[in-house]
Amino acid sequence: MSLSLSISTRAPRVTRSEVPGGALARRLLRSRAVAALASPHPVDRYLELVHPMWAVDEVRARVVRVQRETEGPEPVTTLALEPTSTWQGFRAGQFVQVGVEIDGARRTRCFSISSSEADGHEALTITVRAHEEGLVSKYLATRAEPGLVLHLSQAQGGFTLPEQLPDRLLMISGGSGITPLMSMLRTLVDRGYDGRITFLHYTQGPETAIFRDELRVLARRENVDVVVVHTRHGGSRFTPQALAELAPDHLATATYACGPAGMIESVREVYGDSDLLRVEYFKTSTLQPADPDAAEGSVSFTRAGASAANTGATLLEQAEALGLTPEYGCRMGICFSCTSRKTEGAVRNVVTGATSALPDEDIQICVSQPVGDCVVDL
Amino acid sequence: MSENKTLTPEQLEAFGAEMDAIRQRLVDELGEEDATYIRNVVKAQRTLEVAGRALFYVPPAWPLAVAALSVSKILDNMEIGHNVMHGQYDWMGDPGLNSKMYEWDNVCPSEQWKYSHNYIHHTYTNILGKDRDIGYGVLRMDEDQKWRPYYLGNPVYATLLMIFFEWGVMMHDLEVERIVAGERTWADTKHLHKGMIRKIRNQTLKDYLLFPALTGPFFVPTLVGNATANLVRNIWAFNIIFCGHFPTGVATFSEEEAEDESRGHWYFRQLLGSANITGGKLFHVMTGNLSHQIEHHLFPDLPARRYPQIAAEVREICERYGLDYNTGPLHRQLGSVARKIVRLALPDRLGRRLPTPPGLGRLPFVSRSQDASRVSPDRAAA
Repeated sequence: MSLSLSISTRAPRVTRSEVPGGALARRLLRSRAVAALASPHPVDRYLELVHPMWAVDEVRARVVRVQRETEGPEPVTTLALEPTSTWQGFRAGQFVQVGVEIDGARRTRCFSISSSEADGHEALTITVRAHEEGLVSKYLATRAEPGLVLHLSQAQGGFTLPEQLPDRLLMISGGSGITPLMSMLRTLVDRGYDGRITFLHYTQGPETAIFRDELRVLARRENVDVVVVHTRHGGSRFTPQALAELAPDHLATATYACGPAGMIESVREVYGDSDLLRVEYFKTSTLQPADPDAAEGSVSFTRAGASAANTGATLLEQAEALGLTPEYGCRMGICFSCTSRKTEGAVRNVVTGATSALPDEDIQICVSQPVGDCVVDL
Repeated sequence: MSENKTLTPEQLEAFGAEMDAIRQRLVDELGEEDATYIRNVVKAQRTLEVAGRALFYVPPAWPLAVAALSVSKILDNMEIGHNVMHGQYDWMGDPGLNSKMYEWDNVCPSEQWKYSHNYIHHTYTNILGKDRDIGYGVLRMDEDQKWRPYYLGNPVYATLLMIFFEWGVMMHDLEVERIVAGERTWADTKHLHKGMIRKIRNQTLKDYLLFPALTGPFFVPTLVGNATANLVRNIWAFNIIFCGHFPTGVATFSEEEAEDESRGHWYFRQLLGSANITGGKLFHVMTGNLSHQIEHHLFPDLPARRYPQIAAEVREICERYGLDYNTGPLHRQLGSVARKIVRLALPDRLGRRLPTPPGLGRLPFVSRSQDASRVSPDRAAA
């Protein structure tokens, strides 16, 4: 019973809809001649109008199955995706940028891939927890239905297993951090890895725990130890002592850890600068939006490597005060010459008064003033 | 000169606040409908383009092919290109409809157009000496441009600009007239050359070599067809755009007038510096909704499909403040522009003798005062 469940969480094997005519047609569509005919528009701008899954450059994916993992106020859902033929596959542990249209606007966020690398190039799954404040995660976890087309990046990230697998592996995850490690674990099992795996997972309680049945099945394998700690039910959070008890050899073991930033920090302290430890943590905005009328926090311009206390002026003025020379035009929010990417923090539009705290958002710096800490790619 | 319309600073502030309120409401409403609309326009444009290119294989359908391709190019340049490059759809987060990435079916590189149009023209609208769209450095379109014998050719230059409009738009940033006047050197334009050459190569390659070659024996008809479609687009775009700022009654401003201006005054200047064209729904789409030039200049970065929706409201506000809202059917606005082109070709004392068309009131020979908020008398009379 639980075995069949674990199999059904795998990515589906389906025939992909792609540009007809096979490899030759795709090569032709990618040629310079066709690009010259379509100029000034990319070829994909025409193909997408014929079929949303036709592409020669961009990556898109269709949701083919939706599976609810947990219920509750922040439900978790696994989406099985069928990517376009432009998808180049992934390595277990990597993440993908997923763009979804909500009320006419495309919102893009990063999600770890949860399926096995052994499933090949034709499929992948992402497992998404509906965060209370998360527009995209909430949409994907509660409203996505089969047939929905998502925009994808190629797989990204260096949190992957080595080519030469060691004969012992330790995996430590907290909360949603389990997804990339689950992808690794599934891949290792599918590939017949016969080394020893200790899989240590911290979660609040059984009601929010995902992959429970599958982990139970995997734990029956001789070479896999699974330890799930429910922090809300008496289990303590990650401690070095607990780790030493569970895996006395941990300092000599290739270790993969993924979870909230605080937990990753504790794990790092245990390993010092050992190169056996590989970590990944989610980028949650730790920057708290502040009172828009009080100039608080600091402003950082990452490319210039400059930062200063927030003066309450617009980002353009603050950048110029620091000696930067960003491109600008009208200085009143109409010409879009100054559009730049805000990577973190919140800004207030001085014209409309609207405050926005989305990560990785394009903003007009001439009419945006920081609200609390703010990081801009300039 | 007797009925100069002025607004007090308080009135200007209240006027600006009313405009800001409309703006805020539109921003709050942006969503699915706007996204669906622009995607449908894109779909229609691409379909017409593909249909047009394909119909060149059927010689008897040549006029149909040219018509489809012409409409495609007009939609691409106006309702899609112009508006997308204004950032009207940046909020959608779609790279295909993003002002930073969109490139249009026109020889002018989008990057250069955005500088001279979005920044220079929309910020300094109708400020003589700053807004290079007043006459495009070629024509005399305002009484305060000092007459020279060169301007006797005004109608000829206008006709040439109409026929070669996309090339004129491309060369706009070179500021050739300033090079001729010795105020600028050819070397100053060097940063523009690469983008221009690339765009000219791409545009001419597809329209005048690749697509004609693809139709084999119909090479020449296809080439002529493509050139015709570009010409039709040029003539249409020129006429619509000239109706936006040059009909009788549209005000121009001096640099002093616009110095340190308030947001309210900026709105005021945008309103008085623009003119609308009345027409049906399809007409508005074909003009890229620039038939609502007034609303476009008030809210250049909001989706153009919204302009007709707010036009009545904007007009009502203008009436309350006693400000004229310049609008009229295409033939009347075009006639007005044509007369201005001819009249300003002549020295002022000769031009003044040309007959006044009925219904237009006095011709607008107003030497601009330094008074910030002035409306020419014919505007008040219209």
